[in-house]
Amino acid sequence: MSRSLILAAAVVLMFPLAANAHKVWLLPSATVVSGSEPLVTVDAAISNDLFYFNHHALQLDALVITAPDGSHVEAENKASGKYRSVFDVPVPQKGTYKIAVARKGAFASWEENGERKRWRGKAEDIAANIPAGAANVQVNESISRIETFVTNGSPTTRVFETEGKGIELVPVTHPNDLFSGEKAKFRFLVDGKPLAGLKIEIVRGGTRYRDSQDELHVETDANGEIEVSLAEPGMYWLETTTSDNKTTVAQAGRRTLSYVATLEVLPK
Amino acid sequence: MPADVLTLFNAMNVDRVAMRRVVMVALAATLAGGMLAPSRAEEPVAKPDQLEMKSQMMELKVEIPRLNVSEYHRPYVAMWIQNEKQESVANLAVWYQLKGTNEGAGTKWLPDLRQWWRRGGRDLEFPADGISGPSRPVGEHSLVIDEKKLSGLTRGRYTLQVEAAREVGGRELLEIPFQWPAEKPTTLEVTGKKELGKVTLKINP
Repeated sequence: MSRSLILAAAVVLMFPLAANAHKVWLLPSATVVSGSEPLVTVDAAISNDLFYFNHHALQLDALVITAPDGSHVEAENKASGKYRSVFDVPVPQKGTYKIAVARKGAFASWEENGERKRWRGKAEDIAANIPAGAANVQVNESISRIETFVTNGSPTTRVFETEGKGIELVPVTHPNDLFSGEKAKFRFLVDGKPLAGLKIEIVRGGTRYRDSQDELHVETDANGEIEVSLAEPGMYWLETTTSDNKTTVAQAGRRTLSYVATLEVLPK
Repeated sequence: MPADVLTLFNAMNVDRVAMRRVVMVALAATLAGGMLAPSRAEEPVAKPDQLEMKSQMMELKVEIPRLNVSEYHRPYVAMWIQNEKQESVANLAVWYQLKGTNEGAGTKWLPDLRQWWRRGGRDLEFPADGISGPSRPVGEHSLVIDEKKLSGLTRGRYTLQVEAAREVGGRELLEIPFQWPAEKPTTLEVTGKKELGKVTLKINP
């Protein structure tokens, strides 16, 4: 029993589905736009330094862009280099767009005829891929969202309609209505319900030019809300992660949820 | 109708629609046995400020300063009035490059007027009737504010906001607090440091 436990642990460690050790982020060229043919260009990267491209490009296969009316928008001029992916998003509709990279992953391992088997894919396909006689099944699922928001004209909230799975951000203060020194409130839902005690980390961009991270750590209250006042204008990175055992298959396992948002705070 | 009210109408040059509205209210008030024009002794019970016939003339003077820069562009300037809750209650004017095919043109750069944009500029359809205007050159510019724009102001304290943003230049926001309506002719001034010169607010009851 202990041998398979060690094997299982080793296997899980080889394929970590926990939140990325490095920071992942989208960086839009603007978040408040206007004009006859408004467009933003967005960078996507994995890097610990905000917001500098020095590690790995973020792949765009799971890119989902939602327009103010709820329709899907195709990114244009997509390109992936070594350190950075980039794409253009025309934003002609009045209202708020959500630009997101959303992934649902799953990893399972089990014993079959004395052999350790592994499978990786979508969470909804797990059950179908684990054979009947499987023993010592270990399941790890993850739901991750990396988001940013752009508003043409007046902000709207349709893009914040929740799916009810994983961690989601719902404005109390609209993310494109942030100004330095003003209080902002955000609500976080986990599987559609507010969760208290969720740990949120917020870091201001420009880390290269200062001697400490100056990160902000806050926890959600009973309503799943945080209230922050960001003193300096700039682009901010926000992340929260949590884990539970509410996997989609009945077998015991771990589910890791993560949420990242890039928010722009304008000067007063 | 009492003669003094008719004189008042003529003096104010009230337009037909407003006049019809006022007549209806006046008739209703008369039927109810109430006073038509408020006396100093007692105010009418319903909506005293709408029945108040005092006309308030508001005039703004905005100075676009001469700047010593190698690449000069006329600033985008917006003027509006906020109440004590920092809500916009009147959009007075916005001066920007109304047309043109180059980068500096049009509504693309209006969000650079950051506070005006978030307080209500972004809710407008452009060009905004009676509000949009061409960008102005260096010098002093006067505007007499159309009374219709001030119809949202009830008795209280307000601030006039004037915000300017200049391409490859800076941004400045000035404010002038004032009481509405003014009891006597009032002139208030503020002077900017860089993007705006002197801004004068005149209110004549």
